[in-house]
Amino acid sequence: MSNNRSSTRDGFGDAMIAIGETNQNVFALTADLTESVRLAAFEKNFPERFVQVGVAEQQLAGISAGLALADKIPVAASYAAFQPANSWGVIRTSIALQNLNVKLVGAHAGLATGPDGATHQSLEDIALMRVLPNFTVLQPADYQEAREATQVMVQHTGPTYLRISKISVPALQFLEPFAIGKMRTIQAGSDITIIGTGAVFSEVLAANKQLQDEGISVRILNCSSIKPLDVATILTAARETTGIITIEDHQIAGGMGSAIAEVLAATTLGKPCIRLGVQDMFGESGQQPELYKKFKISAQAITETAARILAKKY
Amino acid sequence: MSYTKKDLAAQAREIRRHIMIMLEHAGSGHSAGALGITDVFVTLYFDKLKHDPKNPDWVERDRVILSNGHICPVLYATLASAGYFPPSALQTLRKFESPLQGHPHRGALPGVENSSGPLGQGLSIAAGLAYGLKFDELNNRVYCLMSDGEHQEGQVWESYLFAAKYNLHNLTVLIDRNQIQIEGFTEAVMPLESLHDKIVSFNWQVLEIDGHDLTAIAEAVQYAQEYTLQPTAIICHTTPGKGVAFMENKPEWHGKPPNTPEAQEALQQLREALGDNWRE
Repeated sequence: MSNNRSSTRDGFGDAMIAIGETNQNVFALTADLTESVRLAAFEKNFPERFVQVGVAEQQLAGISAGLALADKIPVAASYAAFQPANSWGVIRTSIALQNLNVKLVGAHAGLATGPDGATHQSLEDIALMRVLPNFTVLQPADYQEAREATQVMVQHTGPTYLRISKISVPALQFLEPFAIGKMRTIQAGSDITIIGTGAVFSEVLAANKQLQDEGISVRILNCSSIKPLDVATILTAARETTGIITIEDHQIAGGMGSAIAEVLAATTLGKPCIRLGVQDMFGESGQQPELYKKFKISAQAITETAARILAKKY
Repeated sequence: MSYTKKDLAAQAREIRRHIMIMLEHAGSGHSAGALGITDVFVTLYFDKLKHDPKNPDWVERDRVILSNGHICPVLYATLASAGYFPPSALQTLRKFESPLQGHPHRGALPGVENSSGPLGQGLSIAAGLAYGLKFDELNNRVYCLMSDGEHQEGQVWESYLFAAKYNLHNLTVLIDRNQIQIEGFTEAVMPLESLHDKIVSFNWQVLEIDGHDLTAIAEAVQYAQEYTLQPTAIICHTTPGKGVAFMENKPEWHGKPPNTPEAQEALQQLREALGDNWRE
């Protein structure tokens, strides 16, 4: 993509400028990553409501909790590899347990972070955040959805985690508006369901093209609201199609696919749910396309999995 | 209403008695720290704090953030004595479905401003709250009560940096320097001295007082309130287990309650002594 306004972090940052204009209660906080998490414009436009805590993610979470007690709406952004990873205990006690209106943003999520390597590729943050009571967990899939998710997150009352990524991603067309607790349909279909979240849709769309060429009707869903989960849409997909493939730039343990598998395991539908994602490994340096290929978060992995499901070989 | 120092000393004695009865009844909990910091709680809630027990959500109230949540029997007993809720509720400490949770839970009881238990988190919350109140140009003060042992948590020092950077002079920290923690004396487990010099070097004003001298506590809190060039930390030198001879300065009483005979002995001691912790 040549469009430099095409990452979810750009969508977040641009939304924050608009939010800063209209909502005087919104504060932005960072831990020495202002430009990377796209809050430089917020800092420039609203310096009085920008808080720099330094390289201190526990502090980022704790100060946010205190600001919420002062009836502010703090939006605290760092890399997902540092927040929630470095600050999870603070998030648990100071934010989740107190049910405070804090918005945490985990940027540079997943293998898509690329050359920085394993230390900076958060593959565990969805798992860490979706087990916390009171928290809402969102992951937009494109620039526009990131803008909308950021707006909705700030309007929503309650602690929320927003997972965004560094790379350019394709603009998607959805049949439904963004809403917490709802999946969004990218394509209706009747043979097999693919549910993705986050930066993976270039792979999903490429797989879809190939499957369509083979005469397979693919239902494509975007799970941008990981918690709460759109259970009704999952069950409908399980009833109406042969099986479900989930795909995400995250560990398959504890991620979006796990959440969907947990729903299906409590039904008698007996439909397969094959999860694509990182399989109990750490990442490594490289560009996103080569990493996605190596770790099987790829169009090829999707088409192979679809063939197995349709042949009932799983 | 205003209290004489003798009234406050009597109040402290009653709160210590509540603490012993509560902990004996609960069968678990933390004795030494709660008894040791009682005089500071009494000075705040019966003298220095701007608050209204009948209107716990009053927007102009000062905020008390308790960081070392395990000493909550003193918070609960003080809140009850100040009129936030009936003292009869104290008997439910740590019981099933009680609002008096084993560690304080925000929203469960009037007057409990924050949840705490895992150490080192309260000062960040207090600093964020102080930042927000100062931003709104409100006069509410924020008091953060901390243990000495929790200064071994790195997050605490992140908070000292933050509060100094933004000159949160509406924030006062009261440190219970009782020298003990779960496993023994702080200076053996992980030395903190010179705690005074460390905090001074983080660009805070630091006062050191006898944490059982009601006059000294009140004067230090007042001084911190009037000083606007830096946030203030008050190191309160206390005797853990204060008022109960067999608990005083004994690390083993950090995290356990008295059994029934021990509680009776403690109550007897507290009944006999009005305390030496006051002067007019």
